[in-house]
Amino acid sequence: MTSNRALPSAEVQLDIYRRMALIKANDERSRKVIMSGRLVMPYYSPRGQEVIPSAMSVNLTDEDYICTIYRGTHDMLAKGFPLKDMWAEVAGRVDGTCKGKGGPMHLTYPEKGVMITTGIVGSSMPIANGIAWGSLLRGNGRVTVAYFGDGAANIGAFHESLNLAAVWKLPVIFVCQNNEWGEHTAFDKTSNVPVADRAAAYGMPGERVDGNDPFAMYAAAHEAVQRARAGEGPTLIEAMTYRFYGHVFGDQDGYMDKARKKAAMANDPVPRFRAQLIATGVATEEALAAMEAEIEAQIDEAVEYALASPFPGIDELKRDVFAEELA
Amino acid sequence: MSIDTVVAPAKVNILQAINAALADAMEADDNVIALGEDLADPEEGGVCGVTRGLSTRFGNARVRSTPISEQAIIGAAIGASLVGFRPVAEIMLMNFTTVAMDMIVNHAAKLRFMSGGQTHVPIVIRTMTGTGFSSGGQHCDYLEAWFAHTAGIKVVAPSSPADAYGLMRSAIEDPDPVLFIENLPTYWMPDLAPKKDHRVPIGKANTLARGSDVTIIAYARMVQEALPAVAALAEQGISAELIDLRTIAPWDRETVVESVGRTGRAVIVHEAVTPFGVGAEISAVLNERLFGRLKAPVRRLGGAFCPVPFSKPLETAFAPRTDDIVAAAKALAA
Repeated sequence: MTSNRALPSAEVQLDIYRRMALIKANDERSRKVIMSGRLVMPYYSPRGQEVIPSAMSVNLTDEDYICTIYRGTHDMLAKGFPLKDMWAEVAGRVDGTCKGKGGPMHLTYPEKGVMITTGIVGSSMPIANGIAWGSLLRGNGRVTVAYFGDGAANIGAFHESLNLAAVWKLPVIFVCQNNEWGEHTAFDKTSNVPVADRAAAYGMPGERVDGNDPFAMYAAAHEAVQRARAGEGPTLIEAMTYRFYGHVFGDQDGYMDKARKKAAMANDPVPRFRAQLIATGVATEEALAAMEAEIEAQIDEAVEYALASPFPGIDELKRDVFAEELA
Repeated sequence: MSIDTVVAPAKVNILQAINAALADAMEADDNVIALGEDLADPEEGGVCGVTRGLSTRFGNARVRSTPISEQAIIGAAIGASLVGFRPVAEIMLMNFTTVAMDMIVNHAAKLRFMSGGQTHVPIVIRTMTGTGFSSGGQHCDYLEAWFAHTAGIKVVAPSSPADAYGLMRSAIEDPDPVLFIENLPTYWMPDLAPKKDHRVPIGKANTLARGSDVTIIAYARMVQEALPAVAALAEQGISAELIDLRTIAPWDRETVVESVGRTGRAVIVHEAVTPFGVGAEISAVLNERLFGRLKAPVRRLGGAFCPVPFSKPLETAFAPRTDDIVAAAKALAA
């Protein structure tokens, strides 16, 4: 499948892994901090889906945009969202990127192109189109990625957005992270066809890829980004993956097949790619261990920074509703 | 409208005034773009022709007809605004905003707050509505209370060509989302033309008639019903003040409270159904601010609490008329 397609260089492979390792470590820490009681927040773990945004983001620059969803910290970290700002935000502190007013489902960081995180299933796509329309008008070659889940493929906004993007030839990439579950309901109970097959209905390229295979994901991302930058319009990528920790962290995921989950977790894409990098000589065990230790240290620093940051003043209720402060 | 806003004796209608405001705004700022169903000239500039000529003059890249996809329309406007554009999105009829409520309420209205001010959504949503054209239950509702109830969105409803022009220019320049409500049946009503580059500030009401016995507060087409009511009341010895609210959210509390403080009586008139409406909010504030000074209970006149009916006598009876306003004001002043 990937033989005739773009291959990531050794340097890019390492870059993909660095992003994956950051997402994995950050997720593990998030769950640990929640369990410890130091932080209360709704948390939608992206564990198991690390490859998708990592392999996408190495094809993007800071000037490109993403629109993501409540299960989206992986998409943000892969795009360069700074850890301290993220942790202070999810802790509801004034030093958070949104002054603590957005929280884990509404993280925003325009400096790295993270334009919106929505808590509404399907709503990343219509807004991504508008950003892409802006790029088209400015002729600046920037690409916008709309991330969403398989559940979102069944909401009207998906259809409206893909159709408009195709008709207007927008530089947007629709990345469906098919983790087999829309909240508590299995994908095969909600759709008769692969999400990627629906691209044909709008006249755009669509491809189902193994979203846990960094090479396959990189190739698909690379081609879609090239197509968008060349003015050839949108692409739909359905990246197959698996969600390790239920819909919202803390749910008992009794609805998920135990054997399937066990198999998926045994085939964890992060250690698998790590072993591959060592086996193929891209990196040494020592180098990766040092990289991971550095990531842990950055997370340590971010968590302590966040929890030491003050809460926003109550006056913030009156600010940012409109440009002018409320009376 | 105040005299300095107009150049007599030229007259235009509301539709022409909105068209001129859009053209002048697009001329003044390349970031002003427009989208909506049938908006461009090959599609005749909208079903009523409000945007006629714009795509020819400013190009099809800036003025785009869209598929019939209200979520996609508002989403595209929001996205473009996040990267520096000033989109004017048309949702043809106000009832069709229901299809785009997620984009309007959960996104346009909230992104500034949820991002801690990192992003904002300077979009204008144009939409037309109003009873009188036999459109039945799904094409002419006034739904402004839903949006006024949402923190983060402004709502305006002009009643004259000059106000339509001035409010549109202000709405496009406003840093936050503005819902711009156009009354369809009065689109072709001629009145004094606005000066080019005239502005009507958002949040400022306009006192159209001075009086001392009762204050009538209205907006949109109800202003046209209230104007003859003021004259009829004068003939009967009742001095009525008429305030055209112009902006529904944030409404001009200062002007309204000052007026009712003087007259001691208020009639609030809107075409939307009465329960939980804009009139209820204004009435509540008047009671909070003026309790003890009111000479009579605040009165609300609104549409009947039913879907807008088709049959002509029923449709005519649905919304408040001049006679209703006169009767209500007389009853309070008695």
